[in-house]
Amino acid sequence: MPIPFPFSAVVAQEEMKRSLLIAAIDPSIGGVLVFGDRGTGKSTAIRGLAALLPKMRAVDCVYNCDPEAGEDALCAECRTKRAKGPLKSRMVPVPVVDLPLGATEDRVIGALDLERALTKGEKAFEPGLLARAHRGFLYIDEVNLLEDHLVDSLLDVAASGENLVEREGLSIRHPARFVLVGSGNPEEGELRPQLQDRFGLSVEVRTPQDLPTRMKVVRLRDEFERDPPAFVQRWKRQDGKVRSQIQKARDFLPTVDVPDATLEQAGRLCIKLGTDGLRGELTLIRAARAFAALKGDAEVKDAHLVQVAASALRHRLRRDPLDESGSTSRVERAVGELFGE
Amino acid sequence: MSNPAGMPQSEPERPRGESGVSRWEDAVLAAALMSVDPVGTGGVALRSLAGPVRDQWLTIMRDLQPPGTPMRRIPLHVSDGRLLGGLDLAATLSAGRPVAERGLLVEADGGIVELAMAERIAAGTAARLTMAFDSGEVVLERDGLAMRSPARFAVVALDEGVGDDEGLLNALLDRLAFHQDLTHIRVHEAVACDYDADEILAARALLPGIQVSEDQIEALCSTALALGIPSLRASIFAARAACAAAALEGRTEVTEEDLAVAGRLVLAPRATMLPPSEQPPDEPPPPEPEEPDQEQDKGEDQQEPKELEDQVLEAAKAAIPADLLAQLQLGKLRRSRARATGKAGAVQNAPLRGRPAGVLRGEPRAGLRLNVVETLRAAAPWQRLRREEVARFGGQSNRIEIRQDDFRITRFKHRSETTTIFVVDASGSSALHRLAEAKGAVELLLADCYVRRDRVALVAFRGQFAEVLLPPTRSLVRAKRSLASLPGGGGTPLASGIDLGMMLADSVKRRGGTPILIIMTDGRANVARDGTGGRARANEDALSAARLVRSVEITSLVIDTSPRPQQQGRDLAVEMGARYLPLPHADATSLSHAVRAAG
Repeated sequence: MPIPFPFSAVVAQEEMKRSLLIAAIDPSIGGVLVFGDRGTGKSTAIRGLAALLPKMRAVDCVYNCDPEAGEDALCAECRTKRAKGPLKSRMVPVPVVDLPLGATEDRVIGALDLERALTKGEKAFEPGLLARAHRGFLYIDEVNLLEDHLVDSLLDVAASGENLVEREGLSIRHPARFVLVGSGNPEEGELRPQLQDRFGLSVEVRTPQDLPTRMKVVRLRDEFERDPPAFVQRWKRQDGKVRSQIQKARDFLPTVDVPDATLEQAGRLCIKLGTDGLRGELTLIRAARAFAALKGDAEVKDAHLVQVAASALRHRLRRDPLDESGSTSRVERAVGELFGE
Repeated sequence: MSNPAGMPQSEPERPRGESGVSRWEDAVLAAALMSVDPVGTGGVALRSLAGPVRDQWLTIMRDLQPPGTPMRRIPLHVSDGRLLGGLDLAATLSAGRPVAERGLLVEADGGIVELAMAERIAAGTAARLTMAFDSGEVVLERDGLAMRSPARFAVVALDEGVGDDEGLLNALLDRLAFHQDLTHIRVHEAVACDYDADEILAARALLPGIQVSEDQIEALCSTALALGIPSLRASIFAARAACAAAALEGRTEVTEEDLAVAGRLVLAPRATMLPPSEQPPDEPPPPEPEEPDQEQDKGEDQQEPKELEDQVLEAAKAAIPADLLAQLQLGKLRRSRARATGKAGAVQNAPLRGRPAGVLRGEPRAGLRLNVVETLRAAAPWQRLRREEVARFGGQSNRIEIRQDDFRITRFKHRSETTTIFVVDASGSSALHRLAEAKGAVELLLADCYVRRDRVALVAFRGQFAEVLLPPTRSLVRAKRSLASLPGGGGTPLASGIDLGMMLADSVKRRGGTPILIIMTDGRANVARDGTGGRARANEDALSAARLVRSVEITSLVIDTSPRPQQQGRDLAVEMGARYLPLPHADATSLSHAVRAAG
């Protein structure tokens, strides 16, 4: 497997990095969509993040079940086992699973195990990518090019948190909760609205236009290409810092307080922008809380809301083709009016 | 020597550019540099029709590869199975266990991939390719197989596009360091190659030791900025190309010469603008590009890199063709040749029409056609298991056991994706607000184009000629960007506008799409086809252009935008065989309704 470029060596693109960290701190936010210019390090940052996630505790089963999880978040096997006594678990890396374009449905949702069917004449379930991504990240590069029928299965599973397989005479149900991370370039086509809505945060990335930043990107990339292992070694400490930052923030998260005043402000902002449903508001609050945890702040303040507002809300605005300004500036305008920035 | 078929007869091209290096030499140099560092440079986008010049280039490129280098050619409609790999059914059945078949991209690991008719490649196929590019491997999740296989290769994309609206997808173009155009190279020029495979090998050995200094990176980055190159990959490629150029010359350090090569071959073809204070290139000292961001970083010790940057910039500018230079200086943005194709999913899943585009699991119902071969393929691996199952229930089976899960249906690509082409009068008489309305209508149509799944293009005419402001696109983002600044005012070259709209419509048709032509004008032409003034001639030309539209049977609509509907507009519609719609107070919404009705 190729060596990923270190997350901490990704230059600029602060919003993207922040959003990825927030999703890593609070998986319930619903993932991140990174849309924008080519060559801005979208995939690089996501693959880099995968390499530094803190390990998690998991049962030694196909689905990496959480030993602490409730009944319905366990797979059938673990449920039976736990009835007899506590589950044995160990620390494993957080799965970051690629859903490559060209994947076939059987590999995504799972199907009969071909190998066993051929060699032993047995009928066994071979879990797919959704199973492997359970409790981890599912990454789709060029998400706007994903085939419609795959998007359909994905939407269903992402909404219910479990994968239901009914094929080839099998009937299997297993937990599949994952952080959906997608990236793409809007010039290659729009994203289906239902899928866009699934993402908690959305980030727009642009190529930096200032010389020093651009030079830094070129230099670091060049150094990396020359000798990837040495480069990774040089950035090991910075990556380690980010890893412990994530771990600390996760531990800290439950204690972070969201005062009523902040809730109210979040509500006002969403009303002002006319976002559909409550999902926007919920994501805004959760993202602000995770961000506060990342900063080590005990209480969510307006400043936290302001920082995450664009990522949490821009893709939830009703599209107004006649408004010249993009959704980002609409959010910024509303934030400015409300918080007096 | 006679001109080969397919090569343009006109335009006596100067054999040598401003840089003193012929285009052919540069094209060969690009082949050599790509061979020195295939992965680092990504490859070459080669724009040219098939013909002896291209053949010669390809022969040279192949000869430059060290012995044993894998070379694979990818046809236009390659299947996912062949491209990425999948289950080798025959081998699987005979071995009695799953056997994977390697895809073309994996087979090409360490070598070169040739992409045939790359301008027509589907966005999905291009994305699979670029994914392998970016990660250096093919991640396969198909047919019950999961594997990762290394796939590090360079691409030679053969772009046979004609005209500005046909070309490589941006996603692909961005990942290839070298963009070469062989179109105007004549056969007798395309002969020599100064390099051989041994030199390539020697250069490869030198390459890892060659570094680009901080000053040199600055020179490349600021040149890229000065030329208005948005993507950062260009600067990264320029650095790789400079190193490869040094290695090819047997140097252990990058020199100014190598930077100039990078500027010429990597940066120049991507230029979208020239530095504001432009002087003839041969007049020393060259002017400093006015980059606001740079000003604050300039210390007294920056004198040297500044000069270096100027040299790279000069080299790059000299390589930009004269006609492009003229266009850039007119302040017009060079539109990217790349078209924006839609997402793969946006291909209409028309059940029975169009060309086959893969198979899907599904039941043959409601007119869907069962793909028998694929169904049998799907069933084959399970035969042993199923026979045993049947036997367990006391049955005996000698026939092929097909289950519902095996059913495969053929998915078709919808032939007739609609492309609505707006041809908008932006002349003085029609005033600016017409443009604003057209713009609004385009955006409204695009906003719900996910539902409609069609594309929109925009042609504007004013002054002496017409131009394509927005090539056919489905992307709202792209459209918004192109529409941001629409010029207005000047004469009314109606005929040119219709002609250009026709040409666009024609290219849409040739690709199997369905064009709809919407002409928005008050019908009062006053500039003829050749750009000269005069109402009578202009009107005559406009009507003859209109007749042409009717003769090729393109669905069209004339929207009369004059305050009081005129006879001229009506006449135009009649000649065009178009629907006529007087809309003196057209707003974006009613316009988009009208267009929908027309489609």
